[in-house]
Amino acid sequence: MSSELSTTRRRFLAASATTSALAFATSAPADASGLVSEQPSGGGSAAPADRMAIRPFRVNVPEAELVDLRRRIKATRWPQRETVNDDTQGVQLATARELARYWATDYDWRKCEARLNALPQFMTEIDGLDIHFVHVRSKHENALPLIVTHGWPGSITEQLKIIDPLTNPTAHGASALDAFDIVIPSMPGYGFSGQPTTTGWDAVHIARAWAVLMKRLGYTKYVAQGGDWGALVTQLMAVQAPPELLGIHTNMPGAVPVEINKAALAGAPPPSGLSAEEQHAYDRLVFFYGKGLAYAQEMGLRPQTLYGIEDSPVGLAGWILDHDALSYEMIARVFDGKPEGLTRDDILDNITLYWFTKTGISSARLYWENKLPFFEPMHIAIPVAVSVFPDELYPCPRNWAEAAFPKLIHYNKLPKGGHFAAWEQPEFLTSELRAGFRSLRAA
Amino acid sequence: MPSGSPASTRRTLLAASAAGIAAGGLFAGAAYGQAAFAGGLAVRPFRVKVPEEALVDLRRRLAATRWPDRETVPDHSQGVQLAKLQDLVHYWATDYDWRKGEAKLNAFPQFKTKIDGLDIHFIHAKSRHPNAMPLIVTHGWPGSVFEQIKLIGPLTDPTKYGGRAEDAFDVVMPSLPGFGFSDRPTEPGWDLDRIGSAWSVLMQRLGYTRYVAQGGDWGAGVVAAMGRQAPSGLLGIHSNLPAVITPEVGAALGGDKSALAALSEKERSAVNDLGAYLQNGGLSYLVMMGARPQAVGYGLTDSPAGLAGWMLVHSGFSKWTYGADPKQSPTRDDVLDNFSLYWLTNTAASSARIYWENRNGSLISSADQKTAEISVPVAITVFPDEVIRAQEAWARRAFPKLIYFNEVDRGGHFAAWEQPELFSHELRAAFKPLRT
Repeated sequence: MSSELSTTRRRFLAASATTSALAFATSAPADASGLVSEQPSGGGSAAPADRMAIRPFRVNVPEAELVDLRRRIKATRWPQRETVNDDTQGVQLATARELARYWATDYDWRKCEARLNALPQFMTEIDGLDIHFVHVRSKHENALPLIVTHGWPGSITEQLKIIDPLTNPTAHGASALDAFDIVIPSMPGYGFSGQPTTTGWDAVHIARAWAVLMKRLGYTKYVAQGGDWGALVTQLMAVQAPPELLGIHTNMPGAVPVEINKAALAGAPPPSGLSAEEQHAYDRLVFFYGKGLAYAQEMGLRPQTLYGIEDSPVGLAGWILDHDALSYEMIARVFDGKPEGLTRDDILDNITLYWFTKTGISSARLYWENKLPFFEPMHIAIPVAVSVFPDELYPCPRNWAEAAFPKLIHYNKLPKGGHFAAWEQPEFLTSELRAGFRSLRAA
Repeated sequence: MPSGSPASTRRTLLAASAAGIAAGGLFAGAAYGQAAFAGGLAVRPFRVKVPEEALVDLRRRLAATRWPDRETVPDHSQGVQLAKLQDLVHYWATDYDWRKGEAKLNAFPQFKTKIDGLDIHFIHAKSRHPNAMPLIVTHGWPGSVFEQIKLIGPLTDPTKYGGRAEDAFDVVMPSLPGFGFSDRPTEPGWDLDRIGSAWSVLMQRLGYTRYVAQGGDWGAGVVAAMGRQAPSGLLGIHSNLPAVITPEVGAALGGDKSALAALSEKERSAVNDLGAYLQNGGLSYLVMMGARPQAVGYGLTDSPAGLAGWMLVHSGFSKWTYGADPKQSPTRDDVLDNFSLYWLTNTAASSARIYWENRNGSLISSADQKTAEISVPVAITVFPDEVIRAQEAWARRAFPKLIYFNEVDRGGHFAAWEQPELFSHELRAAFKPLRT
C-alpha cells in the first residue's frame, strides 16, 4: 500500500513514531515541527520540549485504502455455515455476511472521519510513544476535567456520543454546573496512538501515562472514567492516586469478593448465603469465565498468531464481534434490522478504525501484557462512583461495590444497557457521570 | 476390495459426488482403481486436481497479505514471529509448487465413500505381500493425510526398508470429517465416538475382518473411541498421544504435593514440563477453537497467511526450522502441502469444529477418554518431543490391556511426518503379537 503514497507521505511515514503503515496526515501548521520532533533520537535534532509538544491531529485515510478495503471485503472467501442454529460456535455466518455486504456497499467511512475531525484531536509523546486524544473544552467556567478510557474491542468511537452532553450540558437539558472538559485518549496500540514496539505497556503503565497527559494539558484537578480495559486503567489511576485525581467512575467495577471470584473461575458451586442479586452476578461470572473468555485467553497467550485478523477485514470483524455473548446478540439483532442502542454504522466505524490503523494485533497485546485480575478489588482510597448496566459481564451488587470501594460516592443500577455503556446508552451514562461526580466539584 | 464397474458408472458417481466435494466441487475425480460396491454403498476412486484458478487466487492473496507489526518480544512467546512467517509466505507465493504436493497424493490409490451421510476420503495402499495386516491410520489437527504418506512405503513394502515381508501392512488413511477431501459436516454430532464408528464401517466396507488402528492427536482420540467400541475385527490400537493423565497424575499436575511426592524423578520432570507448557499458553489455540470455532474461522478462511500463522502456533512446530535445516522432516514443502490442503479445501473452520464437538473432554485425560473401557490390546510409543511424555506407570494404570510401551529417542508431535521409518518400525514391533 505504501506504493500508493506520495513522497511527502512517505517522509511522514518514515518520520512517524507510530508504526502504522498508514499515513494519517495532519494538516495543521504545527505539523512540521511535530514531524521533526518525532525523529528518532539518533536523528539528534529533537529537544525534549518538542517531544512533549501537543500537536494537532486530523484523520485522513487515503482513498486507495478505502478502495482496498472494499475490494478485500468483496473478495472474502467464506467458511461454511456453522453446524448449529445458534451462536454457540461463534459469530453466525448470516450475520457476518450481512455485515460484509453493508460494509462493502452502503457504509461510508468518510462520515466517521468527519465526525472525528469535527472534534479537536491531538498527538503528544509520552514515554516514547505517540498518544492520540480528543480534547473538547466546555464553554462553561469551572467545567470539571474528565479523562475517559475505552477498552477492547472498542476505541474512541465508543465515546463520541457523550462528548456534547458532557461539555455542553445546557443544550441537553442539564445545568451549566454539570459541565465537563473531556479528554478521550486512544490507548497505546489502539486507534491512532503509537503501537508499542517493546514490552511493558500494560494497564499500570497506561494509567501513569494518563496522569502525565492530564498534567501536560494543565489540569490540576480532574476525574477519570472507564469501562472494560478503561475500567482497569481508571482503577489503577485511582490506586496510583496522583494528587490531581479527585475520583473515578467505572461501569465495569473490579468488585467481586476474592473468594467468590475464585469459586466462579473454578466453576465451583457458589459460596453459601448469596442473595438473589449476588447469585445472579455469580452465575454471570461463571458463564463468562467458562464460556466467554476464550478470546481473551487467546490474545493473552499468543496475540501474534492472529495474522488472519490483520489480513482479512471479515476475519477482523468476526473476531471483534465475538466479544461477549449479550453484546454479540445485540449486534446480531442490529444486522438483522432491529433497532438497538447501536447502529450498523456505529459498529462498522469501530471495526473500520481497527482496520485502517492496523491495530488488530497491537491491541490484542494488551491482554498479553496484563498480569492483573479484572474483577477483584484493588486498594482504592479515593472516591469511586459505580454505574451498573444490566447486560454488563456481571452486574455488580451494591454490597460488593461498598466492600470494594471504601469511598463509594455513587452507586446506581440502570434499567438497560450492556458492556459498551457510553456507546449504547449515552444518555444514561451522561446522567450517571453528572450525578456520580457532582459531590466532587466543590472540592 | 471388490472390483468391477464400467467407466460410465464411474463418471456418474463422480458427477454425483461433486456436490459434496470441498470448495464447491472444484476437485474432480478421475479414473484410478475401480469403483466398487459393498452393501450398496460405493467406494469411488478419487484423484486430486485443483483448478489452476484456485492456485492463482491463493498466490494472489499471499502476495497481497496485509501484515501486522513485528511482535514486541525477541522470541515466539507471543506467537509465530513475523519475520519467519513472512519468509514462509513469500516462498509459498513464489517457489512453492502445489502440483508436486498433489502428485504426492495422487501417487497413491485414493477413494471416497459415503458413511453416515458424509463422503469420506481415504488413501488405500495395499501391500503386495500376502497376509499383510490391515491398518487404519488417523491424523489430527493441524494435520492431514500429508503427515502420514511417508509411512506408506515402509509399511506396505517393508522389505525395501529393512523390514521383513511378515511385517507388511495394508494401509488405510482417511481424512477426518471436516478435513481435507472428506465432507464437512453440516450438523453437530461428529464427535470422536461417531468418527470411530465410521472408521469401523469403512474397514468393514473394504472387506477387512481383522485389522488394527493407529492415531496421534485427534487420531489418538479416534483410536481410543474405536478401542472402547471394540468392533469385531479390531485386533488392537496404537497411540502416539495416549490419554495417560490419570486422576493421580492430574492431581500432581494441579500442584497437589502428596501426588507429586508419589512420582518418580522422571515422572515429576514430565509433569513439570507439561505444567509449564500449559502455563505458558500452549493450548491457547485449543481453547478458542473449542469455544468459538466460527469466530476463528472467518480470518483463517479469508487469509492464507492467517491460516499459516494460526496453525504454526501448534507446539508440534516449536522445533520446526521453517526449512532452515533442509534435512529436517517435515520440509518446508511438506508443511506447505499441508497448509495448502487446508486452504484449497476450505476446511479451516470445519476442522476447527472438531474442538467444539469434543470441547468437554481432554485428549490426554484417561477419565475423559474412558481408557478403562478399552477392551482391545493397546500399544504406545512415546516420542520425546511430544507435548506430554507419557510414562509407563501412568500408561499401565490408564490402559489395563497395554501390550507394548516404548520410548524412542527422537521425534515429536508429528511423529509419522518427522520420523517415518522409526514410526514404521514402532508399528511393526507393536502389532507383531497381534498377527497370527
